[in-house]
Amino acid sequence: MQFFLEVLIGGLLSGVMYSLVALGFVLIFKASGVFNFAQGALVFLAALTTVGLMERGAPGWITGLIAVILLALAFFAVKPRKGAVAARPDWRKAAVLGGIAVASLFIIGKPLPFWVAVAVTLVFMVGVGVATERIVLRPLVNQPPITLFMATIGLTFFLEGLAQAMWGANVRGLDIGIPDEPIPWLMERYDIQVSSFDLAGAGIAAVLVAALALFFNKTRIGRALRAVADDHQAALAVGIPLKQIWAIVWAAAGFVALVAGLLWGARNGVQFALTFVALKALPVLILGGFESIAGAIVGGLIIGASEKLAEVYIGPMVGGGIESWFAYVVALLFLLVRPEGLFGEKHIDRV
Amino acid sequence: MLYREAGQFRTSYAEDQQIFPIRQDRIAITAFLLVAFIAVPLVANEYWLKAILIPFLIFSLAALGLNILTGYAGQLSLGTAGFMAVGAFAAYNFELRLEWMPILLSWILGGLAAALVGILFGLPSLRIKGFYLAVATLAAQFFIVWALTKFPWFSNYSSSGVITAGKIEILGYVFDSPIEKYLLVLTIVVLMALAAKNMVRSETGRAWMAVRDMDVAAEVVGIRMMHTKLLAFAVSSFYCGVAGALYAYAYIGTVEPEGFNLDLSFRILFMIIIGGVGSILGSFLGAAFIILFPIFLNAYADPFAHALGIDLPPGMTSNLELMIFGALIIFFLAVEPHGLARLWQIAKEKLRLWPFPH
Repeated sequence: MQFFLEVLIGGLLSGVMYSLVALGFVLIFKASGVFNFAQGALVFLAALTTVGLMERGAPGWITGLIAVILLALAFFAVKPRKGAVAARPDWRKAAVLGGIAVASLFIIGKPLPFWVAVAVTLVFMVGVGVATERIVLRPLVNQPPITLFMATIGLTFFLEGLAQAMWGANVRGLDIGIPDEPIPWLMERYDIQVSSFDLAGAGIAAVLVAALALFFNKTRIGRALRAVADDHQAALAVGIPLKQIWAIVWAAAGFVALVAGLLWGARNGVQFALTFVALKALPVLILGGFESIAGAIVGGLIIGASEKLAEVYIGPMVGGGIESWFAYVVALLFLLVRPEGLFGEKHIDRV
Repeated sequence: MLYREAGQFRTSYAEDQQIFPIRQDRIAITAFLLVAFIAVPLVANEYWLKAILIPFLIFSLAALGLNILTGYAGQLSLGTAGFMAVGAFAAYNFELRLEWMPILLSWILGGLAAALVGILFGLPSLRIKGFYLAVATLAAQFFIVWALTKFPWFSNYSSSGVITAGKIEILGYVFDSPIEKYLLVLTIVVLMALAAKNMVRSETGRAWMAVRDMDVAAEVVGIRMMHTKLLAFAVSSFYCGVAGALYAYAYIGTVEPEGFNLDLSFRILFMIIIGGVGSILGSFLGAAFIILFPIFLNAYADPFAHALGIDLPPGMTSNLELMIFGALIIFFLAVEPHGLARLWQIAKEKLRLWPFPH
């Protein structure tokens, strides 16, 4: 029984970590209907960037390139091109972009402390998110969802290549200051081993979900997001700036990817295999339904727990290693009963 | 002027229904086949045959299989490599355990085994579609590779899980040299491509396209959903299975389950995206592009960087390859969502009018 509980709790906690990755998918799918396969690559890129910044600071050539691009954008914000819609100079935007560009030049080649590295990575990830929306998805607006999905597969390749081109492909450790040891009092009183790291990870995930839920339900932008998710055209018609909203969503996905990347990176080491963690988030998604944040959490818990239990109890019967596919089969069987997932919206097809 | 069907009158149903109704198309195809069958073996050296032409043909076949499923029947699949693995390992086992088995038959049986597995993993498509289905096909990919690795019977208890394909012998004649293998693979691919071309313009193919365009509407007009979707899965997996068997026997020689990983599935998916989703020709163009591009990049990236005065660190080429690949895919989707095949079609339409502007 104790062993069962231990496996169950371990599974649930690792399930929370899956949910963390799944959240990124849900955010984007909810707001723009894009199934963002690149979320795993974003997680990888975020983790690698943080570690790389801590190790040896920003690489010269790419930072310089980014700074030049940002300065150019800042210039065009102040001096709009002929025929541009926003004819007024946007000083605030220019100041932000220019500030980032100048600041980025100061961190070239200097190893950064952890929190600074995280902050810089956050700015970088938000930038990547916004750039993705602008460069990849906007030209593809109104294409069928499958096309958008394939575009994000292309984006995955690009980001994976970029991450490794920037930082190299070595496996690196990441220490975020939370020990990965069993919690002593649980050990003593119930004889159950639960890693404090897993628990902290679950706590961070819970905070993140709560924050996202508040953001979606209580803020102006959150309401606009939900409106866009509900019906793009109606949202446009009542004056919600669609492009801005999408940029915000992608930035938020970059942020979630950073959190997931830090936790997963600290857990398993920062390496290419992180991208496969994102694949594990897919059964979580289809179990929970693509449109539901709650679904991502519940799905993650179910997948995490059932996967660990199956590995321990069914695994030995067939030779082990079933963790690699069990989650998919669970999700698949579940879909046969409820094709739209636990919390997904049921679509009625009309001819 | 050169490419125009004006004046070509059809006087019988047979003429009206032939595969290539335009005379210039027939001439071009014949010329192309003559080049492929006669001129190429005379000219090409061993490296070209082994490293480029044979894999190109085999991947074209796999891409063709995926194109039938994704391009024509509209069911997105991420498990192509898994079905190829089934074909390769099934053919190997038929050959190994039944000694009298002719090699061609064992390839066909390998394809049929893949078709069976395809039907099994296609069953969810009756209930779910779109992304949910794409994720479901991932289950096929991971499960097949796991099963082939985990049960040593499949690889005849070889310690590393690697199988070594035997020699190809048909009616006492051994296909040994690259040229012979090339001709054999070419024959199979041409026959199967023609079959696919015919299939997609038959009742079956039209049913697939109806399902792709809108499955509810297709059902309403009386297309049997289960039959049509499962047939698409079966035919597609058959093509992939044969491609897998050829991959093992005519190209690599020794294969392991891990060789058929998700990465290979994605490569084949990219072939049909770049080549053209829903086009037989596109499968070939896409395969050619995806095969040739890394070779081209490996050969020219370093000299090019040197010319610019930059030294590429080791391993950078493969990262660059990933980045350029990704960027190209996005570029293609944005500029020409219908792929290279569409460019060819546009060229043909322009040719019809040439030299007049309208």
